[in-house]
Parts: sequence; C-alpha cells; structure tokens
Amino acid sequence: MYSFEPSEEQRMLIDAIHKFAAKDLREAAHEADESGAFPEALIGKGWELGVVQASIPENLGGFGEHSAVTGVLAGEELAWGDLAGAMHILAPGLLAFPVLAAGTDEQKQKILPPLLEGAYRAATAAWVEPFFDFDPSELRTTARKKGDAYILDGHKCFVPLADRAEHLLVFAAFDGRTQAFIVPRTTAGVTVLEREGNLGLRALPTFEVKFEGCPLPAAARLGGEAGFDPLLLLNVTRVALAGMAVGMSRAAFEYALAYAKDRVQFGVPIAQKQAVAFMLAEMATEIDATRMLVWEAAWTLDKGLEATHAAALAKTGADDMTMMVTDRAVQILGGHGYIREHPVELWMRNGRGFPMFTGLAMV
Amino acid sequence: MIDFEMPSPIAKQRVMLQTVAENMMRPVSRHMDEHEHEIPWDYINFMHGAMRATSAGSLAPQEKKREGPRLGYQILANMIETLSWGDAGLYLCTPGGGLGAAAVEATGTPEQKERFLKRFQEELPVLGCMAMTEPQAGSDTSSIRTTAVRDGDFWVLNGEKIFVTAGQKSLVETKGFVVVWATIDPSSGRAGMRPFVVEAGTPGVTVTKLEHKLGIRASDTASVVLQDCRIPFGNILGSAEVAKEKSTETGFKGAMATFDATRPLVSASAMGIARATVELVKELLAQQGITIRYHLPRQKLTHIEREVIDMEVMLRSAWLLVLKAVWMADQRLPNSSEASMSKVKAGDAVTKITQRAVELLGPVAYSRKLLLEKWFRDAKINDIFEGTGQINRLVVARRILGYSSRELR
Repeated sequence: MYSFEPSEEQRMLIDAIHKFAAKDLREAAHEADESGAFPEALIGKGWELGVVQASIPENLGGFGEHSAVTGVLAGEELAWGDLAGAMHILAPGLLAFPVLAAGTDEQKQKILPPLLEGAYRAATAAWVEPFFDFDPSELRTTARKKGDAYILDGHKCFVPLADRAEHLLVFAAFDGRTQAFIVPRTTAGVTVLEREGNLGLRALPTFEVKFEGCPLPAAARLGGEAGFDPLLLLNVTRVALAGMAVGMSRAAFEYALAYAKDRVQFGVPIAQKQAVAFMLAEMATEIDATRMLVWEAAWTLDKGLEATHAAALAKTGADDMTMMVTDRAVQILGGHGYIREHPVELWMRNGRGFPMFTGLAMV
Repeated sequence: MIDFEMPSPIAKQRVMLQTVAENMMRPVSRHMDEHEHEIPWDYINFMHGAMRATSAGSLAPQEKKREGPRLGYQILANMIETLSWGDAGLYLCTPGGGLGAAAVEATGTPEQKERFLKRFQEELPVLGCMAMTEPQAGSDTSSIRTTAVRDGDFWVLNGEKIFVTAGQKSLVETKGFVVVWATIDPSSGRAGMRPFVVEAGTPGVTVTKLEHKLGIRASDTASVVLQDCRIPFGNILGSAEVAKEKSTETGFKGAMATFDATRPLVSASAMGIARATVELVKELLAQQGITIRYHLPRQKLTHIEREVIDMEVMLRSAWLLVLKAVWMADQRLPNSSEASMSKVKAGDAVTKITQRAVELLGPVAYSRKLLLEKWFRDAKINDIFEGTGQINRLVVARRILGYSSRELR
C-alpha cells in the first residue's frame, strides 16, 4: 500500500535530530568551515542522538533495528544542519553498516559492540582514489593472497577521520572484483598522509592514505572467505548520500526563500518577482521529487530487493538537483550569496562534491 | 509508514489495462493520428462495456462505502497512466466523464453527483467535459465573460468557450454534459464564477468548431457556443447558497478545488507517454546491444547511457510526485501545492523525455514509422492544458511563499 508518511517513531526521531541540527550544527557550521573542524563535544552530542546505534541490534551493541528508510530520514535532517557535521557524526557507520550487512559473525562481534557502546569513536572507510576515472567497480588499490593472508597495496583519498579512526574499511580489487578489508590503522605499511584541502566539506578532516604491502590476516576480509556483493554497499552509500543531498538542498532552499521575502528591491520583496518566485517553485518541486526517489530506493534496500536501478536514479537525481538548488540559492542572494557570511556559498561548494563522495556516508 | 508497495487492486487493474493498451490502442494509434476527428467507436464501446462489467464506472472517483483504505484517486491515476501509455489521445476519448465528472465530484452536492454521474453506468457510452477557456481568457480564468443570469427556475447562459477537450463527444456524439464555468456577476471577477452543468441536447448549446492540433489528435478539441441556453436552476453545482454568496470567492475556489483533483490526473497521462518513450528507447538500444550500466559512476558512462538515466530520473521522480499527490487526495489531505508540483514536474518531464528521445535516436525516431515522433507531439499538451507549466509554477510559488494572488501576480 503506498504511503508517503513517516511513522510516528520516525517523526519523533526527525524532530529530535532537527532540534540538534538547528541549534547545534547550524550554529557551529560557519566557524567549523573556517577552522576546519567541529568541536569534539558537538560531535559527541550528535552521536548521542543514536542514529547509528538505533540501526544495530541489541546483541551487537546497538538498540534497534536496521532501516534504510529511517536512515535517509535521519541523514536528511542532519545534513540540513550541516553536511560535514553529519558525515562526521555518522562516520562510525562507514564501518558499522558494512560489517552489519556483510560481515561474518566473528567480525560483527569483534567490531560492533566496542564501536557502538559508549562515547563517540571514529571509524572510517576508504573507497575513493585520486584519479579522474575513479570507478568503485574497478579499483586500482589491490589485495592479493599470500598464504592465508592478504597483502594490500594502493592509494586512497577522501578518507574521513583517517588520522584517528581505529579501523579503516579499505576497498580494493581482489580477484577481479571489489572487496573490502578491515584494516587497523596501526597496521604496517599504512601511511596516513597530510590532511586534504577540498572545495567543500572543509569542516570534515579527510586524508589521503597509502597502503604499501600491508599484511592482513584472512579474518580481515569483509564477509570472510566468501567475501560480499560489492553492489550492495555501493547502493547503500548512493542512497545515503542522495538523502543527505536532499537535506542540504532543503536548507539552501529555505534560506533563499526567507531571504527573498525579506530583500526589497524596486519597492517590493524580490520573492514577488516571478523570476525569483519561479526559481523557488522549481527548487521546491525538485527537492520533493528527489526525496521521493530517495525514499523509494531506501525502501527497496529495506525490502532486500535488487536496488541498483533505484539507487542509481536516486543518486543521479540528487547529484543534479543539489547542484541546481544550491547554485540558485547563491543566485537568489546575489552578491550577498557570494560572501561567506551567508551559508549558501558553503552549500554550493558542498553541493558540487556529491558525485565524488562515494563511500562518505552509509545508511 | 513509508511504503512503495503497489496495492493489489491497482496491480491487477494495471495488468488488465496494459492488455487493453497493447491490443486496443497501440494498433490504431497511427491511424487515429492521421485521421483527425474520426471517432474511435471501437475503443469507446469496448471501454464502456469493460468498465460497466467491472463496475469500474466513471472516470470520477467512486465514493463506495467500504472498508479499507481509500484508493480512488490512486486507482484513477494508474488507470490513466496505463491507458496513456497506449495512446494519450485515445485515452481522452475514454467514456466516463473526464474533467466534467471531476468537476461534479469536486463541487457538486450528493444529489447532483447522483443525478449527473449515473449516466456513465447506463447502456450507451457517454462522455463528459469541462469548459473554462474563452478566446480572451486562458490562464487568467477569472476574466471569463460567459454569463449566467437567473430567470425564475432557470439559468440563462451566454458566451463562447474554446479548447473544450472532448466537447464534440460529450455534446454531439453521446448524451453527456459539459460543465460550463460562467459568471453570475461580471463586475466581481473571480467571486462571481460558478460551474453549471449543461446537458447534451439542451437548446442553445452548439459545437461550432473542431481544432486541428499538433498532437492528441484522436481527442476532439471543440468550441462551444452558448446562446440563450436555458438550464434548470438546480444545474448550478454546489448548494443553492452558492448562487447567493457574492462577496466570497466560493466559485473560484470551486474551480481551484477541481484543479487540485484533476492536475495530478493530467500529470498521470503525461507519465504514460513518458514511460512509453523510455521503454521504447531502451528496447531499441537493447536491440543494438546497448544496455545501461547503472552501477558505474557518471564520468564512466557513455553519453547514451547518461541520457537514458536522466530520462529515467525524470520519469520516476515525476511519477512519484503524481502518486504522492493522488495519495494525499485519497487521504483527504490538502494537496494544492503537491498537485501543482506534480503538474510542473510531469509537464517538464514528458516534454524533455520525448524531445531527447527523438534527438537520441535521430532518423529512426524522426520517422513516422515509429510512434516516437507522435509521442513528442502528444507530450507537449501536458505542459499546456489544465494549467500551463508557468501557471502551476505560480501556484506552487504562492503556496511556498505564503503569498496571495495579489502579492505574487
């Protein structure tokens, strides 16, 4: 039966996140973008909202059930507050969700409870590589077998929190397909390079990481000897990112709308001019249309159905929509939009990044 | 709880209608396009028989008193989408009331609904239509000049309506009716607007012209002239009070309520054309060994793959907006904003999808051997009728900004 209404429980979660996003994240976003990091206390407070924990069953250290739909609702709301902040808070999920979805029992027991019980502990995943033709299904980072162990070699970028994460989930080509390996940061041959400087996401510490002949035990491979279906995790990250794109775009839209009603030119608020009003109408329409794609893709994941098609549509739609919406938000503010005192230029910089944020969010 | 599972009554209906679309519509699609104003009686009679047999009844939603969730508008949207996948022009010839019945549904009293809508269940097929546009009043519906003057137990209507979809089939070819929007007080603008039911055969109502169009040629687009046309007093839609209230915007609001109900349904028709196009494009590409690699990042896709994915994004997101708008209508939630959003998006999506499909497939699609060039022509009407894309942007903009029509003109 079709329904376009979150459940009562989801509503309460959204409300709680919204309060945090409006009061804490949004207030701190500008300063964090300039200084390069959110205060640790704020990340800790965001972690206590329990978005990741509520997606993991009790016996593995969480307190709920996994739901991609709930995940994208939460992701939208957090990203409405700030995208870099949202990614930082949810980063433990970059390891936790793949382990939950594809890990062996042993991996789940070993990784999840310590990560989820108690205060925020950074974890991360390394997907992206510094090449223009980066393709998650044809990675240049490789894993090869040596006896019972694996040897990892390669070069990754956009690895969030690599300087402090206890474990990195590293994606590499093994035997012709993409597989993932749980790598303790202290493993021999792992070098976390200098912190990156990017167009957007400046409040999220990300790093290039090199892997040179890293020896890994057999138990490090996600899913054990059998491995896992890489498409599943690709779909999951696509849907998660698309949900966040909706949230950030909604923030930009709301900001531009309020500004347009307030800004008087030619004797009237500029929102009373069709040229501006129509831009806003299209922004609202595209945001809602994309949200529906995201919800459907998340629902498809939850049903355990083949989600590659739905996830591709959600992600492609969201990538285009968020660039359009954030660009127009800057345009509606005009010269003021170009000035860093207003957040729209930050949203536009972040908006451009979505097509290359593969693996920076999971639900 | 968010759910995208298609309800089983809709799934069953879609299977049945898909057969109709494939066997009754597609085979005559080209012929009807090339023989404008020919009447597709085979289709009309078949649909009428099928709808009576399955008590699918009127195109207007049935208010059946039964247990379970309301699905009326959702069923209707799916029906329209599937039939328009077959042929959007033929779909507009479907007996059962169309926009006329929708206006009766949205603004009539229970007694009026019974009186005017029961004809759609009788032996012979009947169509209904709605007349709003006039030569000088298109998007600016409040400037209509057709008048309704009370004369005892009657209303006397005078004026000229144009662009009446299915006007000929409702008034001349079958014993249907037209819902005429007229003013009871020309000096009061939108406040004076009221809907009146004028039945086929009423003296003083004449179809004077049938338009020749870019597309949807199976559907007639008529001019309807009302000359001292006398109709019973009770044919004004809404309670008798509606006739008296002068200072309010009751009448205009009735028109807008009608549009809230019908816009997502028009959008659904657009989606049928869009889906037909995307499916055929993918099928023709597959014949050339081209399949779409959805898992690849964009910069690794070919231009053709990117085009197809873009089309699919437009198609699916627009359709989900339509579903949301009709779902809200079934939940009796106010859906004015969503109805117009769905129309903005669907009108855009179907025009872009068909334009890009013809470009992508080049000479194959430009040729009249296939239906793609026809769908390109059929598509465009969806960005025009039932509120142009611009008018619907205006509606959405006013809603999101909280502006009146005075504040945002």
